[in-house]
Amino acid sequence: MLRSTWKNLLARKLRLVLSAFAIVLGVAFVAGSFIFTDTLSRSFDEIVEGTVGDVIVRPEDAANNNGFNQDTRAVPATVVEQLAVLPGVARADGNISAFGVYVVGADGEVVGGTGPPGIGLNYNEAPSAGEGIGLTLADGREPQAAGEVALDAATAERAGYDVGDQVSVVTSGAEPSVTAELVGTMEFGDGGSLAGASLTIFDTTTAQRLFLDGKDVFTDVWVTAADDVTQRELRERVFAALPDGFEAVTGDSAADESADDFTQAISFISTFLLIFAGVSLVVGSFLIVNTFSILVAQRTREMALLRALGASRRQVTRSVLAEATVVGLVGSTLGLALGFALALGLKLVFAIFGLDLGDAGLVFAPRTAIAAYAVGMVVTLVAAYVPARRASRIAPMVALRDDVAMPESSMRRRLVVGALMITAGAAALGAGLFVLGDGEEWAVGIGILLILLGVSATSPTLGRPVVGAVGLVYRRVFGAVGRLAEQNAVRNPRRTAATASALMIGLALVSMMSVLGQSAKASVDATVKEQFVADYVVSNTIGMPFSPEVSNRIEQLPGVQTVARFRYADGEVEGSRSFVGAVEPGALVEALEVDMVEGAASDLRGRTVLVADDRADEAGWAVGDEVTVELSKGPRAYEIVGLFEFSPAVGTSYVVSLPALREAGVAPADSYAYVVREPGAEPATVKSAVEDVVADLPTVSVKDQAEFAAEQRAPIDTMLLIIYALLGLAVIIAVLGIVNTLALSVIERTREVGLLRAVGLSRRQLRTMVRLEAIVIALLGATLGVVLGTLFGVALMLSLADDGISTIAVPAGQLAAFVAVAGLVGVLAAVFPARRAARLDVLRAITTE
Amino acid sequence: MVAALGSEPGGTLHPEPLEQGRTTSMTTTQPAAGVTRTTGAAARTIALTKVFGAGDARVVALDDVTLELADREFTAIMGPSGSGKSTLMHCAAALDDATSGQIYLGDTELTALGDRQLTLLRRDRIGFVFQAFNLVPTLTAEENIRLPLAIAGRKPEPEWFDEVIDTLDLRSRLRHRPSELSGGQQQRVACARALLSRPAIVFADEPTGNLDSSASAEVLGFLRHSVDEFGQTVVMVTHDPVAAAYTDRVVFLGDGRIVGELRNPTAESVLETMKGV
Repeated sequence: MLRSTWKNLLARKLRLVLSAFAIVLGVAFVAGSFIFTDTLSRSFDEIVEGTVGDVIVRPEDAANNNGFNQDTRAVPATVVEQLAVLPGVARADGNISAFGVYVVGADGEVVGGTGPPGIGLNYNEAPSAGEGIGLTLADGREPQAAGEVALDAATAERAGYDVGDQVSVVTSGAEPSVTAELVGTMEFGDGGSLAGASLTIFDTTTAQRLFLDGKDVFTDVWVTAADDVTQRELRERVFAALPDGFEAVTGDSAADESADDFTQAISFISTFLLIFAGVSLVVGSFLIVNTFSILVAQRTREMALLRALGASRRQVTRSVLAEATVVGLVGSTLGLALGFALALGLKLVFAIFGLDLGDAGLVFAPRTAIAAYAVGMVVTLVAAYVPARRASRIAPMVALRDDVAMPESSMRRRLVVGALMITAGAAALGAGLFVLGDGEEWAVGIGILLILLGVSATSPTLGRPVVGAVGLVYRRVFGAVGRLAEQNAVRNPRRTAATASALMIGLALVSMMSVLGQSAKASVDATVKEQFVADYVVSNTIGMPFSPEVSNRIEQLPGVQTVARFRYADGEVEGSRSFVGAVEPGALVEALEVDMVEGAASDLRGRTVLVADDRADEAGWAVGDEVTVELSKGPRAYEIVGLFEFSPAVGTSYVVSLPALREAGVAPADSYAYVVREPGAEPATVKSAVEDVVADLPTVSVKDQAEFAAEQRAPIDTMLLIIYALLGLAVIIAVLGIVNTLALSVIERTREVGLLRAVGLSRRQLRTMVRLEAIVIALLGATLGVVLGTLFGVALMLSLADDGISTIAVPAGQLAAFVAVAGLVGVLAAVFPARRAARLDVLRAITTE
Repeated sequence: MVAALGSEPGGTLHPEPLEQGRTTSMTTTQPAAGVTRTTGAAARTIALTKVFGAGDARVVALDDVTLELADREFTAIMGPSGSGKSTLMHCAAALDDATSGQIYLGDTELTALGDRQLTLLRRDRIGFVFQAFNLVPTLTAEENIRLPLAIAGRKPEPEWFDEVIDTLDLRSRLRHRPSELSGGQQQRVACARALLSRPAIVFADEPTGNLDSSASAEVLGFLRHSVDEFGQTVVMVTHDPVAAAYTDRVVFLGDGRIVGELRNPTAESVLETMKGV
């Protein structure tokens, strides 16, 4: 007797641990995302501190560049000289900085790559704000003449260069690639992290030649305060002395600007992680509801006895909730710890991809702990409340009766509530997708959540055909054992449905992503096929623009008819942030076959702009209207001269001419160059000639249609893989739910198992029976999930039809594979409960009370 | 361990009467009631000892029990609580293993068999009627009756199925679930299940323990009937002298030993003997 009590306790503990696991995962995502983004912000703050002077002088509105556009405007050297002699100024140093400057490693690969910027700088000895030090030498000496460069120490190490080596650098400036001797390595400030950015430092003259057309000008000026002069005072004095067209900002506010931009840039990481936290918590709450329902059911008699002895309903509820509190506390604590590990792991992953966050530890803000416990406790208690209330409704009489049955909510009420939720969810989803505008995406999320919850409430009814169909197969194939398994699955339809629902949610999201991904890839293919009429595209493999010199050289090649350049600038149109594209007017039609809805692309000259027709409709613009476009030099009015049909190949809703972009202060650097062969030219010859041009530029590649399509599809696959991996966790939680339910069923049916074994069911048949029950549950969840996910995916795709992703592709094979895998997962989930059942001693099982 | 050592491979220790008994059971189909029959052993135990626990908690449930359960006979095993009657039945029915000694079902020695073979043996050659919880609650009465055969992937002979169902008056209940049946009906379903596979022996563990007297009479009457009309061998554990009076032979157990035996018992003679032992 003692032994069986102990065993029950152990079994229950296991069950509690399994359900706590769901909380642990959810809380870990929450905590991990907070810790990681806090750490990211801190290391960025550190970097920023070392990269601002006391006062920064720059062309007006230069902050709008946001690090993407290369400003053509500059501060003349004469201004630097004037500033240096102002009272209260210790010194003034002209800085040159340029983006898109990458070091090619000894192995021929670009160091860094997607993400962290590659920056070209001139060398000077300007100190950074406050007591800070700017660039300091770590090894060797500073670059003094053409043919010499210094690198930041981390980049030099990653590239495999030592002082004295010949270093190859690619730039988006006047010379696509530069080879120079590495004369020194440098560090910023006191050796802090650069978050993976790579710095290539030239002497000032060389930097001016490469990035500023060889004029004696600077990108900006750091003005250093003399003793006892504050940043603010200094700014006043400097500003008073400045000619028109320049601005002076304090180092502090410049740092804030950068930090704001950065925070915005990384907010997607925390949003992403928090979404998965939400998913695992929702799935996990199903597991908790089930676990506590089971615990309550098992102790029905005990609770009835308590009630008979005078315990109030509230006391019974409270006793269940007390247990939930323990689970919540333990789960949250473990989740917090796992969150740390998660953040640490993310940091490592980022380091592998070149975004080194330095050696400092993780940032653990009190908010993180509060959020972790709040989320963990609230979810657990809310989920446990339903079974706890049911426990309180157990009649005291039950203690005296032989057959113990739990009060159950009526199926009709469930159906009504579920149907209402599905209706409300569908309405929210529809509104979010087709009625509400940008920034209202939450409606889509709420809609999907409501539908999922509604379907799970009604799934005892909705799932009947699935269970019935599986049962039919079971009886045919497995005979009596199949019949028993089917009957076990429908014996407690609510429990089966709740268990399956957890899996359903995970699979619905996976299937939805699968439909979205497949459609996106199909759309890419269709777009490329339709609109990519050029023969080759030259583009930068790491998403940064490349030197216009590349296109100039390709234009000179024999057999090349046209090279159509595409440039993009980060700007604001009528006050909202947007990319603005720039083309040679003819190229839009010639190389990309963009359809003009109104006007002609050839009208694009001066301050005019072509606008995508859907954007114009939305904003109520017509040809002839003027819109305000703000690029490097500030807001200007552009006349709309044409409307084009939006296409992903253009990628932006606004297109100006190349000279207009330059005139607006954006330095020339090409993002894409579309190459069209002369008719009759030998394709192989032309391609290899083009490839020769970019041979020493590892960041630039030449692709034909098929290669270009493959390249465009690749990030979709990567994205899908990450999402699948994270959703996989939700599926694992669901699988634990199946394990949990089955293990309990076996315990509940000990006597029945004993009887079956006594009348001749073999161990193997018993295991098969449990396994088949698991498969029914898994298939039920998977089928509902895949169907719902496909519907969600198609709905989302329909709403995106206007944005150029017009092809809806349902990956039927993949979806079928999901269901099949779910079946296998069911088999796995059954391993432990089946073994447990098979090990039961027949005689002891029959005589169990 | 001892039991395993005691069993000879090849079963060379079969005594003569067993062979004879088997032959008889093969050839005789309808023995007349009241006629003295040549009875072989459907099951036998030889020096069966069963010990639970060890040290201070050591309990000898069966102590050197040698017993023959005759073919086509209705035997009752009686005795006070703790006398070992249930243990004896569990051992003989391949539900529990022996500490030492041998158990034969027909000419099969159980102590030499593994779980798989014991399972097959229970499925094909033994029928069970328990005191309670005899039926799988998710299956209908008919599915419960067919269960052992269905597990084996076999179908009952239709005439035999009909005969069993009609004898037990279950025809109108076949579609019902156990929860929709009375206690007596449930036990009749269990009896039908036990008989349908024509087992070598039916073990009934207090089959009337939870029933009122009229339902008890029905069930016991049927077990009697199955011995007389179908030539079934039935062994029943009971503590009820009235139930024991339905049998051909009563074996009395006390403290793990056989302490008495009664042929053609009546309720009075059983009571009398119980007082004596």
